[in-house]
Amino acid sequence: MDQLKRRNILNNIMLTLTGVCTVITSSALFLILGFLVYNGWRSLNWDFFTKLPLSAGEVGGGLANAIVGSGVLIVIAAVIGIPVGFMGGIYLAEFGGKTFSMLVRYTADLLNGVPSIVIGIFAWTVIVVPLHHFSAWAGGFALSLMMIPIGLRATEQFLRSVPNSLREGSLALGASKTRTVMSVVVPAARQGILTGMILGVARIAGEAAPLLFTSFNNQYWSKTLNEPTASLPFMIYYLAGSAYDDWHRQAWAAGLVLLALVLIANIASRWVLSRGASAQRG
Amino acid sequence: MRRQMLWIAFLAVAATTAASAETINAAGATFPAPIYQKWFENFHKAHSDVQINYQSIGSGGGIRQLTEATVDFGASDMPMTDEQLAKVTKFKVLHFPTVLGGIVPTYNVPGAADLKFSGATLSGIYLGNIKKWNDPALVKDNPGVKLPNEDITVVHRSDGSGTSFVFTDYLSKVSPEWKMKVGANTSVNWPVGLGGKGNEGVAGLVKQTPNSIGYVELIYAVQTKMEYGSMKNLAGNFVKADFNTVSEAAAGAAKEMPADFRVSITNAPGKNAYPISSFTWMLIPDKIDNATKKKSIKDFLAWMLTTGQQDAEGMSYAPLPKSVVAKEQKQLALIK
Amino acid sequence: MGTVVATAPPQSRPRKLTAFWRDGDKISHLVTFIFAASVFLVTVFLVYELWIHSGLSRAKFGFSFLTGTTWDPNTDQFGALPFIYGTVLTSFIALVISVPLGVGAAIFLSELAPPKLSNACTFLVELLAAVPSVILGLLAIFTLVPLMRQYIEPFLKHTLGDLPLFQGPAYGVGYLTAGLILAIMTFPFIISISREALLAVPREQREAALALGATKWESTWQVVVPFARLGILGSIFIALARALGETMAVTMVIGNDTGIHTSLLSPGYTIAAMIANNFTEATGDIFLSSLVELGLVLFALTMVLNAGAQLLIIATTRKGSRQD
Repeated sequence: MDQLKRRNILNNIMLTLTGVCTVITSSALFLILGFLVYNGWRSLNWDFFTKLPLSAGEVGGGLANAIVGSGVLIVIAAVIGIPVGFMGGIYLAEFGGKTFSMLVRYTADLLNGVPSIVIGIFAWTVIVVPLHHFSAWAGGFALSLMMIPIGLRATEQFLRSVPNSLREGSLALGASKTRTVMSVVVPAARQGILTGMILGVARIAGEAAPLLFTSFNNQYWSKTLNEPTASLPFMIYYLAGSAYDDWHRQAWAAGLVLLALVLIANIASRWVLSRGASAQRG
Repeated sequence: MRRQMLWIAFLAVAATTAASAETINAAGATFPAPIYQKWFENFHKAHSDVQINYQSIGSGGGIRQLTEATVDFGASDMPMTDEQLAKVTKFKVLHFPTVLGGIVPTYNVPGAADLKFSGATLSGIYLGNIKKWNDPALVKDNPGVKLPNEDITVVHRSDGSGTSFVFTDYLSKVSPEWKMKVGANTSVNWPVGLGGKGNEGVAGLVKQTPNSIGYVELIYAVQTKMEYGSMKNLAGNFVKADFNTVSEAAAGAAKEMPADFRVSITNAPGKNAYPISSFTWMLIPDKIDNATKKKSIKDFLAWMLTTGQQDAEGMSYAPLPKSVVAKEQKQLALIK
Repeated sequence: MGTVVATAPPQSRPRKLTAFWRDGDKISHLVTFIFAASVFLVTVFLVYELWIHSGLSRAKFGFSFLTGTTWDPNTDQFGALPFIYGTVLTSFIALVISVPLGVGAAIFLSELAPPKLSNACTFLVELLAAVPSVILGLLAIFTLVPLMRQYIEPFLKHTLGDLPLFQGPAYGVGYLTAGLILAIMTFPFIISISREALLAVPREQREAALALGATKWESTWQVVVPFARLGILGSIFIALARALGETMAVTMVIGNDTGIHTSLLSPGYTIAAMIANNFTEATGDIFLSSLVELGLVLFALTMVLNAGAQLLIIATTRKGSRQD
């Protein structure tokens, strides 16, 4: 009886502990959001979204160029990354030969695992050094490299999940393989593919390391894509490490804006996916 | 219709990739960054078509980026060595001193104000030999101050810094042990301490960490309202960095300024000379291909040597000696 | 019966080419192949560039780069060991915290929680994985570091100060703080993947254990978890690979000291933080080459870990199908 009692007590303790673990880990996100809102909310004013940063020590100004700069970098990354991921995924799912596909999958996983700072080094050697300037192109390129594996995986995965009966039906009706893929299979998998792309964008929106020596930074508006470009993640890093209270305040606000965008993108992608799943079932 | 779309797309891409005529990119020292940013802002107000984007990443960065030609000009508190100059193949680098500044030992010791440091105590702290605030050597120099029995948190630079160079140059001059063990450079193998990024990072760390000490350009201590100590100079007097003491440190060098303007004025002789003073330089290529950029840079330099100098005192720097300004104005002609 | 079989004349080369361009399927095969191949080529090119640009330091130091402990730009002496040490140490600290926490939460979410709660909590945890590194760094500087400096580190020194692990001043920044932040970044992976692995364990296993009289905990810990151990181990590998390469949050709280220190409270450096802080400013070719070589070392480390995780995943699926 004694042993049973002991075992039961142990049972209750350990199971409670796992509950505690869950509470801690699940609430971490709320804590983070809470801190950002508490510290950054007051600084989110019209100036923040429309003005340029002021020089050291002066109070005021905003991060308008960083917000736009981030947008520009994401667009460049998406323009490069989405087609490559999408087309590559189609190849792996629909056309691929066995060994080459394995090779592509392996290198995509490898690319996915490359630390973002190393991707920054690569973009620097390939674009910044030959062209002799920092640019939005270099930053966008570095970010696209991080997007590609995500888009590739998602596209392949969701294309494969489309039942073969759809393909066979289309081919039986006389459609070419290309037509089958583009008009039947891809639309059937579109929610999943879209989810993958949104997740890819959300992933790169917050990255600062690849931008440190590619798009660098700019006090002013970047008039072309060939110049250094300000970005939200870089500015957060720069402002947080300074000694000015006003700059800290702006870092909090920028952090809040960035996190809000990233979380919204993530939640939206899940919503898209769940809609797709229920549509398929229904 | 298709053709027209193609042309529009082509032109759009061409427009976005055409080199911007007016944003001049520069990078370098954090030491003079506050006054540079003010200058660039004021110059832009007077000449609205000229935009100079200055990124303060440290003197090491200024030298590196100029060598790689990823910026139009650099800025550094450490004059480029012959070895570094040899690596720049596309053009010759012209050193233009811009202001004088002082590096102060800033500290965060609750209850202690107006601390006095000497070359011996400062090098001892940074070598890790002096570990606590109430070490006998510090107490001796600061009679009457209640120094706590706490560990000293040493803060230095984590990036390639001209401020570090000036600081280590000074320590090398006053401490043979420092010279042998560590030496003077923009990046050294620091025996102890935390690293902060940029003058801003060091100031930030010291401000947030009790019982810490760091070295920053004077304006960073002033702007963040932090305490900074006085230094014992070569003549044996304790002086605090300001307009007069820094100018006095440069007085001797001004008379014997070499043609390429590369000098060190640390541990300068003079009754009230501040021992950790330095010139800071803009590193300008002697050949600038882009005609508009060349004109803008030359105009800026001319403006900086005259109107710009008036801003120095208000921002806790010291203006250049008149003889040096005259020599630099002659050097302007060398920019082709 | 003389059937005339019409055979096409053998096609000449130009005919074959035109036939190719008319065949839509072959074109799309080619186009998608090019895109897929570009992924392969870019990755190969990346490794190549890292190799080439680290040539100077590889030639000068050879393998002693990995064991050298001095990093002195003044004398051009560069050794990677302090950074490898810092990277491994901070990741290890992260795992020591996040593995028990993560596996514990995964157990709760797979065994005890009702499905709706389990899905909701997993959703929250997975969102955590999306929080950008620089934002966690921002939070760390202003909230975690003062907390560490004023309360946690003095407490550790007070209680465990005799151990060399907890000596030295309480800076607030350092290995321990970096490890804590990394723990936050790694437990989402452990929870998400371990939960999947635990959910995949067949019901019969649990029921068999319970039928034999085990408590719920005993059934879970002694039967279910071992069954899912390969998946859990895989999640740890993936978490570790992520921790090794983390840059921004770590750079902001590691303290930036280039030495090897035993105390967890001491400032240090990781490979990623070193590259981030110094890359744009490395004066001197050997300095820059050494930084690229550091990147190569980091890349190799993460590659080995990811390969290990892949093998585990393959082993899990194979084992799972055999166990049926």
